[in-house]
Amino acid sequence: MNFLPPDLAPAYPEIFLLVMVCVVLLADLVAGEKRPYLAYLLAQAALFGCALITFATSAPGVTYTFSGMFVDDTMADILKLLTYVTVSMVLVYSRSYIAVRGMFNGEFFSLILFATLGMMVMISASHFLTLYLGLELLSLSLYAMVALRRDSVAATEAAMKYFVLGALASGFLLYGMSMVYGATGVLNIAQVAEVIQKVIQGGVIDDYAILVVGLVFIVAGISFKLSVAPFHMWAPDVYQGAPTAVVLFIGSAPKLAAFGFVMRLLVEGMGSMAADWQGMLIILAVMSMIIGNLTAIAQTNIKRMLAYSTISHMGFMLLGVVSADGNGYSSSMFYMVVYVLMTLGIFGMIMLLSREGFEAEKIDDFKGLNRRNPWYAFITLLLMFSLAGIPPLVGFYAKLSVLQAVLNAGYVWLAVVAVLFSLVGAFYYLRIIKLMYFDEPESDAPILPPGDVKLLISANGLAVLAFGLFPQALMALCDYAIQQSI
Amino acid sequence: MSSGFPLLSLIIWLPILAGIAVLATGGDRNAQLARYLALAGSVAGLLVALPLYSGFDPLLGTMQFVELHPWIERFNIHYHLGVDGIAMPLILLNCFTTPLMIIAGWQVIKNRVSQYMGAFLIMSGIVNGVFSSLDAILFYVFWEASLIPMFLIIGVWGGPNRVYAAIKFFLYTLLGSLLMLVAFIYLYKVSGGSFSILDYHKLPLPLTPQILIFIAFLLAFAVKVPMWPVHTWLPDAHVEAPTGGSVVLAAVMLKQGCYGFLRFSLPIVPDASQYLSGMMITLSLIAVVYIGLVALVQADMKKLIAYSSVSHMGFVTLGFFLFNAYGVEGAMVQMISHGFISAAMFLCVGVMYDRLHSRQIADYGGVANKMPVFAAFFMLFAMANSGLPGTSGFVGEFMVIMGAMQVNFWYAFLAATTLIFGAAYTLWMYKRVVFGAVANPAVEALQDINRREILILAILAAAVLWMGVYPLPLTEVMHATVDELLAHIARGKL
Repeated sequence: MNFLPPDLAPAYPEIFLLVMVCVVLLADLVAGEKRPYLAYLLAQAALFGCALITFATSAPGVTYTFSGMFVDDTMADILKLLTYVTVSMVLVYSRSYIAVRGMFNGEFFSLILFATLGMMVMISASHFLTLYLGLELLSLSLYAMVALRRDSVAATEAAMKYFVLGALASGFLLYGMSMVYGATGVLNIAQVAEVIQKVIQGGVIDDYAILVVGLVFIVAGISFKLSVAPFHMWAPDVYQGAPTAVVLFIGSAPKLAAFGFVMRLLVEGMGSMAADWQGMLIILAVMSMIIGNLTAIAQTNIKRMLAYSTISHMGFMLLGVVSADGNGYSSSMFYMVVYVLMTLGIFGMIMLLSREGFEAEKIDDFKGLNRRNPWYAFITLLLMFSLAGIPPLVGFYAKLSVLQAVLNAGYVWLAVVAVLFSLVGAFYYLRIIKLMYFDEPESDAPILPPGDVKLLISANGLAVLAFGLFPQALMALCDYAIQQSI
Repeated sequence: MSSGFPLLSLIIWLPILAGIAVLATGGDRNAQLARYLALAGSVAGLLVALPLYSGFDPLLGTMQFVELHPWIERFNIHYHLGVDGIAMPLILLNCFTTPLMIIAGWQVIKNRVSQYMGAFLIMSGIVNGVFSSLDAILFYVFWEASLIPMFLIIGVWGGPNRVYAAIKFFLYTLLGSLLMLVAFIYLYKVSGGSFSILDYHKLPLPLTPQILIFIAFLLAFAVKVPMWPVHTWLPDAHVEAPTGGSVVLAAVMLKQGCYGFLRFSLPIVPDASQYLSGMMITLSLIAVVYIGLVALVQADMKKLIAYSSVSHMGFVTLGFFLFNAYGVEGAMVQMISHGFISAAMFLCVGVMYDRLHSRQIADYGGVANKMPVFAAFFMLFAMANSGLPGTSGFVGEFMVIMGAMQVNFWYAFLAATTLIFGAAYTLWMYKRVVFGAVANPAVEALQDINRREILILAILAAAVLWMGVYPLPLTEVMHATVDELLAHIARGKL
């Protein structure tokens, strides 16, 4: 037997990142006490290096490696690049927040990088096992990050809940995958797709029934990761209990990976069963929009409110997938990217309002922000109107493109339900604006972020406006990613 | 004006940029600078809009000053602007109102002056965008964007119950618009991928989809007009808004809804419009008669004028759904005239409110003794509001009643009752506020209006009288467009 070394080129970014995580761990061990900023700088450098490598090795077309377990295509490249940008922004936003809370150490950065590595593997997986490996690497890192503040009861409780429910969801997913394996005999996503096609053409009823049961479990697993109702229970508790910096991370980058996950599993793997998963996704999406939007109204904790808002947004995003065509997928991807951009901004703002010994957690902490600092109030205003989907902000185009895909697929009633619940959603976003602009401040503590955070949050808010005025480039990017890959 | 010059873009973006500049002046230390900058911006906005009238060819029924650039290729959305005889007068009305708002808020607004002035300028630009968009999504963007500054104006500078009013205003209007968006996307699909409003005008549609689209449009526009029974947000919003906000709401924002009927409902779904015209006429007549009676019993002056606005808007929608030239042109005249009169009425109430901080009719009485100049102006506007011949209020109402007479005597009869109710509620309020003995000691201390206030009211008085005596310059620009529209509706799409 002659051994052929695998082509490593498609996995260069992952390999580089893995090396860099080890470097961060070692550097922290050696110099962590004296130079706490080293880990931070190395983490940023690692992300920058990954971006360069991904950019340099990106080529049109699809490349498989590791015996078809790993794929490098345009969608993977674009999602990864967006992930690096997101994670890098997370690091900037959370720096001073974690510094005053004694979490500024090597663990935080190495866990973030490990989670990033997990996301990259998920995005590039073309095999059920790779997919699962990436997912677990991401999830385990996240559980640990939630529990990073050992002295906080809320955080520990959140981590416990997250872990137990997350393990359950992973079990669902594995069970579903094993059923698909049982029916098809293969684990490679492309081969799974081929076999399913044959099953459908051959009309083997029994095999198909097993596939559908497997699909149900897979969809349940995915729904948990996306925090889609009725698998959303963990999200509010984790969002509320975990340190805001960690919530910022959980709420942003993993959503991009989860989108990649949906594409790989449902579309590439089980695309010919679309008729079956469409119905499931419609139920999940509608439930998420109802539960997310209605429950968010009753919240007084801003992190919890944003958790429910996430649930409703993920439901809306799923509507694009429901339409089951390239147009729908690219609109979902656009929605996801836009959602991540807005989430970064709003959690960045929450951390901006927090300071040593004070957590900005209640929605009342936004009271009178316009008096305290009109510019940050304006940025928050842009983010809130964008989350509510009001033009000319980019959140509107995200909703527009998904609605267009839904109507194109012929689901008029679904579009009507979606817009009605985004009306409900508008209420609680408006409430934040009301607090900022119409009410008097409760505290007049100055808001003094470091220069780079100030610049980044301004850029973040203005990007929401700029992409709203000129959404074409971002839409074209998502379109390109989907067209080249699916 | 050469055809290549992007005049409409200038009219839209100049006020918005001026608004941003005003916002940039920052806190209240630079309040005076913000005021002058805002005034300069709004006057410049009016001046650049004038070539729209002088360069407009009234004989053409088609779009003029057209600008067409690709904007979002992914969905075939264009930056497509143009005006016809319906949109052009509304843009002028809006540009005319803005400087008046700035002057009206000159001294009254003391908190966050730059934000107040900036919001008005930005809104003025956005509203111009609403009236000149020929792409459905561009229209929708401007349409919704105009909610944002208005929401803040009501909520930040409004009265005691401002938060409730602001949120009610926002959610009410958003509800209607979202279904309109669904209708636009549906039309996009049916038309094979176009968001051009002019394409929609030509698009053949069977009756059932037409009716559904009509209902989606109706919700959006009826809330904005507002028509009975979805008018309840308006009195709240008006009462709580600062004077400038009330004026813009009445003079300009409501016209967006009316304009929507002319630009979307009637030409895109003409057969459904005719099919459902009975319902529309009924709703309009209920607004005219019933809301007129509601206005009669109001104790709050602003609320009274708000209900009177709803009643007058009933005339506008009535005129549209008569499908004859008198009706539609009368409705157009009524829209412009209501822009002047309601602005003037709200400013008059504002003048008194600034002095006495009360809007209750019962707190006044005998104002004429202390403020004779003001009482004279107020008299003129009250007469115009009740439709006295010689003022602009009469022209529109008379034309609509003439139009109604061609269709059905009873429509005309019911519509004509407004001449009685309108006179009753307006003049009765006027009598209680202005005439009689001075009952309240605070009224005793009133100062007559200053030169700034005289200037605003005099400009509006001139506009009201000029349109009442000689409306031809207004009607002649819309003849061709209205004829085209009516011919289009008569042809139908089935």
